[in-house]
Amino acid sequence: MARALQLPEGRVLRYLGLRVVQVVPTILAIVVLNFFFLRLAPGDLAEVMAGEAGSATPEYMAMLRQQFGLDEPLLVQFLKYMGQLFQLNLGYSFRNSMPVLDLILTRAPNTALLMLSSLVLAVALGILFGAISAQWRGRWPDGVLSAFSTIGFATPLFWVGLMLIVLFSVELRWLPAGGMRDLQQVHTGLAAVGDVALHMVLPVLSLAFFYIAIYTRLTRSAMLEVQELDFVRTARAKGIAPLPIAVRHVLRNALLPIVTMTGLQLGTLLSGSVVIETVFAWPGMGRLAFDAVFQRDINLLLGVLFFSSFLVIVSNLATDLVYALLDPRIDVR
Amino acid sequence: MSLDATDILPRAAAASAPAAPKPRRAVRTSSFGYRFLRSRTALAGSIGLALVAGAALFAGQIFPGDPLDMVARPFMWPLTSAEYPLGTDMLGRDILVGLVYAARVSLAVGLAAAGLAVALGVVFGALSGYFGGWVDQVLTRITEVFQTMPPLVFVVVVVAILTPSVSSIVLGIAVTSWPQVARLVRAEALRLRDAEFVQAARVMGMGHFRIILTHILPNAISPVVVAGSILVASAILTEAALSFLGLGDPNLISWGSMIGSGREVLRTAWYMTALPGLAISLTVMALNLLGNGLNDVLNPRVSLT
Repeated sequence: MARALQLPEGRVLRYLGLRVVQVVPTILAIVVLNFFFLRLAPGDLAEVMAGEAGSATPEYMAMLRQQFGLDEPLLVQFLKYMGQLFQLNLGYSFRNSMPVLDLILTRAPNTALLMLSSLVLAVALGILFGAISAQWRGRWPDGVLSAFSTIGFATPLFWVGLMLIVLFSVELRWLPAGGMRDLQQVHTGLAAVGDVALHMVLPVLSLAFFYIAIYTRLTRSAMLEVQELDFVRTARAKGIAPLPIAVRHVLRNALLPIVTMTGLQLGTLLSGSVVIETVFAWPGMGRLAFDAVFQRDINLLLGVLFFSSFLVIVSNLATDLVYALLDPRIDVR
Repeated sequence: MSLDATDILPRAAAASAPAAPKPRRAVRTSSFGYRFLRSRTALAGSIGLALVAGAALFAGQIFPGDPLDMVARPFMWPLTSAEYPLGTDMLGRDILVGLVYAARVSLAVGLAAAGLAVALGVVFGALSGYFGGWVDQVLTRITEVFQTMPPLVFVVVVVAILTPSVSSIVLGIAVTSWPQVARLVRAEALRLRDAEFVQAARVMGMGHFRIILTHILPNAISPVVVAGSILVASAILTEAALSFLGLGDPNLISWGSMIGSGREVLRTAWYMTALPGLAISLTVMALNLLGNGLNDVLNPRVSLT
C-alpha cells in the first residue's frame, strides 16, 4: 500500500466529500418511501394500540391519534418523521416494548457475524476455485468447477440450508440444526466461543454457497483477461515458473473487480441472510424482520429496511474509497 | 465467426464453385437461428425450459383432476410405487402432480415479474440515456434509490404491506429488479444517440419518441433479451423465498410453498422438501443457461463451439 500513502490527501478527501453530498438525495428518497409505506399499511398506530388493549371507544382512539400526532396535516407528520430519523429515532416497537433502534442494534452484531464469516469463506474459496479454473482452463478441474458454480447460481439458499440440516444434523448428528447457542447448558469463556462457532457452521456454509459460485466465476474471467496481457508474457519469457506467475502477476492484478463486487454485494448478502436466519433460527436482523412481518409490526419492519439501506450506502461509499485508494488512475473529480 | 465464405462471395459463385464436390447450400452462419442451434448452452437451456413450460401448460391434460386431492396413503417415499413415482405428501397428495401444477405458479410469477421489470427498465433507461442532462441525473438517482435497498427486505415490505397475492409478489419483485435493466438500456441508448443513423433520423425531422422506438430500442434489444431470461430465473428464486417465508399467495401452491410445508416434516420425510427444491434448481439452471447461451449467440464476436 506504499502507493496509496503517497496520494495527495486532498484528492481522496475531496472525492469522499463529493460522494457524501451525492448520497443525501438518495437517503431523502428512502425516507420518503418509508413514510409512504408507513401510511399505506393497513391500520395506523392508534388502531394497533387499541387492538392491544382489547377494546377502545372512539374517544380513546381520537385521544391516541392526537397523542401520536396522527391528526395533524400529512406534511407536518412527514417533517416530524424526518426529524425523528435524523435523531436516529426509528420509532417504537409496541410488540417488543422497545425502541426499534435498540432492537436492531442488539441483533445487528449477530447478522454481521454471519455475513462477514460467509463473505470471508466465499472470497477465499471463490478466489481459489477461480484461480484453479483459469489455470486449467478447458480441462477437467475447470469443467467440475464450472458445473459447481452453475448449480450454485441456480439453487435457492434456504433449500441448501435445509438439505445441510438433513445431512449433518438429522442423519449424521454432527452439528446443531438451529439457534446460536446451546440452550441446555451455559458455556463460558472459550467453550462459549466454540459453542457459537459450532452453531455457525451450517448457516455460514449455506449463505456462502451462492457467493462462492459468484467469486469463482468472477476470478476466473478476471484472471483469463489478465493472462493475455503483455507483462504476463514477458514474465513467462523470463522463465518464471507458472505458479508464481499465476499468483503474483495474474491474480494480484485480477483482484480489483473482486473488491468492487464485495462492496456492492452487501445488499444481496443482507437479503440472503433474511432467509438463512429464518431457516436456522439465527437471532439476527433478518429473523427480526421476519418476526415483524408476522406480528404486523410495520414500524419495526420499516426500521430494518431503513437501517439496512443505510448500511448499504455506507458500504458503497467505502468501496468507492478503497477503489480510489487502490487505483490512482481512477478519476476523482 | 461472423465472416464466412458464404458472406463474402456472391451466392451464385459459392454454389457453382467447381472445386466443391457437392454444391454447398448457402447457410448464413451469422443468422440467429444458425448460431442458436450451434450454441450448446442455448440449446440445452431452451430444451430444459421447454420441458418445464410444457409440463406446466399441459398440466390439466397430463394429470386431470384436482392436484389438492388426497389420492393415496400419506408419507409414501419416492420410487416405492409405480403409480406415484415421486411419492405422496403428509396429506396423501401426489407429489409429482403437485410439482407440475406448482410449475405454473412459479413460471407465471417469474415471467410476469421479469416482463414488468423489463418494461420499467426500458422506459427509464431509454429516456435517461437518450435525453441525458438533467433527465438523466434525476432518473439515475431514482434508479440508485431502488438499488440501494436490500432486494429481499424490500420485496418483503412491499408484499407485507399490500398483503400477499400473486399481483403484490409480481409488483414487489419487478420493483426491485428493474434497475438492472435500466442501467443496461441507458448505456445502450447513450452509445446509440449520437450514431450516424440516429443523427440522420433527427435531421429528417423525426420526433424524439419515434427515434427512440424505431432506432434506439431495436438496436438495444440483445442485452435486454439476455437480462430478461436471467431476470425470470432470479424472479423464480425470489418467489420461492417469499413463499417459503410464508408470504406467498395463500390460495396457490408454488415450489417455494411446497418446501415451506415440507419443512415441518423435514426430520422424517425430507424428500418432500428435496423434490421441489430440485425442480426450482433445474428450472433456474435452464434459464441461466439460456441467458448465457443467448449472450454468446447475439454477440457476433464470440465463436461458438
